[in-house]
Amino acid sequence: MSTLHLCGTLSFRRRATDRIATVGTLLALLLTLIPLTLVVGYVVTRGAERFSGRFLTSSMAGVGPLDAGGGISAAIIGTLEQVLVASVIAVPLGLLVAIYLTEYGGSRFATAVRFLIDVMTGIPSIVAGLFILAFWLIELGHGFSGFAGALALSILELPIVVRTSEQMIQLVPNSLREASYALGIPKWRTILRVVLPTAATGIVTGIMLAVARVIGETAPVLLVIGNNNFVNGDVFRHAQASLGVFIYQGALSSSDFDVDRAWAAALTLILIVFALYAAARLLTRRDKLARR
Amino acid sequence: MFHGLARAAGALVFAILGAIALFLVIKAIPALHGDKASFFTSQAWGDVSGTHKFGIAALVFGTVVTSALALLMAVPVAVGVAIYITEYAPRPIATVLGYATDLLASVPSVVYGLWGFEFLIHHTIGVQTFLARYFGWIPIFRHPNADVDVISKSIFNASIVLAIMVLPIVAAVCREVFRQVDPAEKEAALALGATRWEMIRTAVLPTSRPGIISAVMLGLGRALGETIAVALIIGNVTTVNGHILVPGGNTIAANIANQFGESDAFGRSALIASGLVLFVLTLGVNLVARWVILRSGREERSVV
Repeated sequence: MSTLHLCGTLSFRRRATDRIATVGTLLALLLTLIPLTLVVGYVVTRGAERFSGRFLTSSMAGVGPLDAGGGISAAIIGTLEQVLVASVIAVPLGLLVAIYLTEYGGSRFATAVRFLIDVMTGIPSIVAGLFILAFWLIELGHGFSGFAGALALSILELPIVVRTSEQMIQLVPNSLREASYALGIPKWRTILRVVLPTAATGIVTGIMLAVARVIGETAPVLLVIGNNNFVNGDVFRHAQASLGVFIYQGALSSSDFDVDRAWAAALTLILIVFALYAAARLLTRRDKLARR
Repeated sequence: MFHGLARAAGALVFAILGAIALFLVIKAIPALHGDKASFFTSQAWGDVSGTHKFGIAALVFGTVVTSALALLMAVPVAVGVAIYITEYAPRPIATVLGYATDLLASVPSVVYGLWGFEFLIHHTIGVQTFLARYFGWIPIFRHPNADVDVISKSIFNASIVLAIMVLPIVAAVCREVFRQVDPAEKEAALALGATRWEMIRTAVLPTSRPGIISAVMLGLGRALGETIAVALIIGNVTTVNGHILVPGGNTIAANIANQFGESDAFGRSALIASGLVLFVLTLGVNLVARWVILRSGREERSVV
């Protein structure tokens, strides 16, 4: 009754605008959820047609565009190795930069570094690929390799790692640092033994999200890894395959078999990404620091 | 010593960005030097390798138009959904919706490309026909035959996919921005008898404006540089074409992915030159975004 009474005191125009706004935001929500269901639903239904254990474990060696068989083992191995190497480069470096910005920051140099990290976040992925093409392949004369792809991916991963680690390290309460200093422990040991362990869960979450972001990157990798139907476990030598490139080439092919394989590979890729994402979410939920 | 190590890592960031700019310039020079057409005004790209003729006019046009259209579609929806999640939805539902939009952001661009190429462009024929038939008098919707019953790789379709990709990014930042609004201000507005919408309009949106602008800029940067999804959906035609329903269009990034395979050394150098333009373009967008935030006096680092 009381709400009815209140509504009665509002002018019709104000009430109508309020209603329209509510409906408008609901409409926006609907417009967001429609593409989500269409994309995920279509990838799952189309991908499931060819998705199987055999598909994951066999390569495209000796399989032509007009053959129905084949699989993505070469692409999975390539992608995993490239992302692993990229993380080996980007994670320690990113952590060091984050430590520098939070624990030794404040100088003009630190402000400049922070600004450049922001700039780096905005670099289009294809430009990172072009840079590795210009530097690693053309200037230094190396051939196509998974490692070149990993270099390009590490450029994309670095700023993400820096940002998330920086945010997590900032959450570590100052009283912990001060308690450590009071015990006479030097700053570098305090960082290694007190600050990093406290922020560890959050940092791991950030790394997982960074990996989820770069694992499906196709454009930079397309320019520098070559592509390979055969399994090549050596990241450092000869062309390698990648899931993203596999999907891209499949989509461009005029053979229906290639398109079907591309869909199954797309399903594999989003399963990996969603799993990483869900694991990161679960970790965050258990992280006391991030929940504060 | 640890300080030194951390400082060196910071210095390496300088070195990486410097190297990116340096090597793109160095490797672009041979092509720019040998270019037989005007780099900025020519629309030629076709067979760069044979004729040594290329220009980025059509590519820049396509890049800017697709991104602008994508933002036009995505930003109102993104702001709306962020308002719904922060101001309307009950807490548990808001959390789930937050996950859902983040999920949309985590789908790799090549998957959007495949989806757009295999699904979307087959399902927008009706919309395109409608636009061409009833709004054909607006130049951008003009189409030679009003029944657009063909599947078209057009600027229109590329923009829709870009909009879907940019939407969750803009929405995520907006959500973060709206959440930071001082609850006291919102309660004050409600206490004065404002309706919920009036509270949003007077307390939430004005304080959030710099944050929304930086969210839009972030989305713009993403749209300008998006490669694979656009490469699969756009026409790959290098002529300036303002009629967005007609098959055609191209962007700098998509052109790089499409042309790379058939390019010789000169062609690759030309592609690097176009990449340099893209780099400068996104750098400019980034700087403008930073400037807007700084000017508003609030240091608000966008959340990615």
